[in-house]
Amino acid sequence: MAVPVQKTDNVTSLPGPKASAKAAEIVALPTRKSDGKGKKILDQLKGIAATTVPPLLVLGVLLLVWQIGFAQPGASLPAPSVIWAEAKDLILDPFFVMGPQDIGLGLRVLTSLERVAIGFGLAAVVGVLLGALVGQSVWATRGLDPIFQVLRTVPPLAWLPISLAAFRDANPSAIFVIFITAIWPIIINTAVGIRNIPQDYRNVAQVLRLNTFEFFFKIMVPSAAPYIFTGLRIGIGLSWLAIVAAEMLTGGVGIGFFIWDAWNSSKLSDIIVALLYIGVVGFALDRLVAAIGNLVTRGTSAS
Amino acid sequence: MPAYLKLDHLDKSFIRGGQTTEVLKDISLTIDQGEFVSIIGHSGCGKSTLLNLIAGLTQVTAGAVLLENREVNAPGPERAVVFQNHSLLPWLTVYENVKLAVEKVFSGKKSRAERHDWIMANLDLVQMGHARDKRPSEISGGMKQRVGIARALAMEPKILLLDEPFGALDALTRAHLQDSVMDIHARLKNTMIMITHDVDEAVLLSDRIVMMTNGPAARIGEVLTVDLPRPRKRLDLVSDSRYIAAREAVLRFLYERHRLVEAA
Ligand SMILES: Nc1ncnc2c1ncn2[C@@H]1O[C@H](COP(=O)(O)OP(=O)(O)OP(=O)(O)O)[C@@H](O)[C@H]1O
Ligand SMILES: [Mg+2]
Repeated sequence: MAVPVQKTDNVTSLPGPKASAKAAEIVALPTRKSDGKGKKILDQLKGIAATTVPPLLVLGVLLLVWQIGFAQPGASLPAPSVIWAEAKDLILDPFFVMGPQDIGLGLRVLTSLERVAIGFGLAAVVGVLLGALVGQSVWATRGLDPIFQVLRTVPPLAWLPISLAAFRDANPSAIFVIFITAIWPIIINTAVGIRNIPQDYRNVAQVLRLNTFEFFFKIMVPSAAPYIFTGLRIGIGLSWLAIVAAEMLTGGVGIGFFIWDAWNSSKLSDIIVALLYIGVVGFALDRLVAAIGNLVTRGTSAS
Repeated sequence: MPAYLKLDHLDKSFIRGGQTTEVLKDISLTIDQGEFVSIIGHSGCGKSTLLNLIAGLTQVTAGAVLLENREVNAPGPERAVVFQNHSLLPWLTVYENVKLAVEKVFSGKKSRAERHDWIMANLDLVQMGHARDKRPSEISGGMKQRVGIARALAMEPKILLLDEPFGALDALTRAHLQDSVMDIHARLKNTMIMITHDVDEAVLLSDRIVMMTNGPAARIGEVLTVDLPRPRKRLDLVSDSRYIAAREAVLRFLYERHRLVEAA
């Protein structure tokens, strides 16, 4: 009965957020009734402390080691104290505007995010539709799947020259690179999700005579939602990887170009601050998609 | 008068990789409107396949299924199915599961308020109105099966097809649901075809019991008419000689003449 499922390393079943949610639950200690409210608040504080103190501690130790290791003059990389001294304004004020090319990192990140939003948004829509097509039809799978499997291994930047040639403009090219990078895991995971729709649901749809449109929105998408969100989560991560690289080459005011610019003017401290921004934003994006996924697929995984 | 539902010399074989498996062979049967018919037979003989043919979920290899003299070869809500494993959509609540069916079947015919009342009426019929906002994962197996029945009934089907609806339930819940189904059948008088493994269930519920021979190429071995007055009460029947005779007939068919031969 079951169509053989293509095993790809992109296919995982969203274990991340659930696992971490479990971990958080374990930390929340059971409250005893007799101790009242004070005890409860104390327990909650303990719970928060248990998740925040260890990473802060490790961070502190790393900064210390870094500071000691690179403190002597002539070190190849700036020590944290030097970074703070040189790039304090970048860290403290993300949204300043001093001129067309001299703006805060927060604003730069926002420009990059806008590109990601467009590119990734397009990839999500087109990816889910194509994935549905591929998952639904044996012939589409046979014809398209090998092509997808080859194309998805092409590194994001390899697409850039072609897209520059095609669009003759930096901004659409960067967006296209995002799109083409993010779309493969979305297609592949959606297709697997569609192939895994239980025959029972299809039978229900058939008995009710749902049309293609109703079947897509009422059965396919909700049923494949956990897979789709796995794809979206991988996709948003890849988008963020690709945007920085693409912006380095296309210029503009994005965070990627900022790094390139800082490198050309040997402002290593600025680069390190920018890396920090990129990491934090990437992390937030991943968590955002995961959270939306959890919200949407609440009912789907259990039956 | 022509038959309400007519199975006319049905054959069904599956072809996979050049190999043909003959599952059903020359099945002919007529069923009257309002009749309750059970299909019983050993596992793997092709009961679900037969039900799927009537539902239109699979296509006949030869022969035809005729409902009111019209051939059916595609699924539709006038032949609602209660599936073996409830098949509720897990991302919808109990209410929404029934709503999906009602919206589709009655979209032009009932107003929004009427549709709501109709959904609730069907949930209440199976005593599930109180759990309308629960998701399938939050209710018990018996409750899920009931919602499945409510969903099927809400389509106002001409024929209700039940594929081992109580197979996965414990004996008490099972008895309870059997009573509900008898009750619903008495009230709505719709035609029901039920697959079962359970001899007592078949005798208790059915007007006729269709006994199938073992596959491959299973046929209808015997059709037994259960001549018991309705409403039937399970406790009264235990000592009823007609009940005992019917039970014995089915048991003899299944375990004497058509024992499941393991090697086959
Ligand atoms: N899609 C299919 N392709 C090939 N063979 C099939 C298919 N569906 C069913 N069969 C075969 O048809 C036979 C009858 O299957 P079916 O599911 O109808 O049995 P059943 O009587 O409902 O059994 P059970 O009581 O265990 O549910 C089996 O031998 C099965 O292998
Ligand atoms: Mg079966």
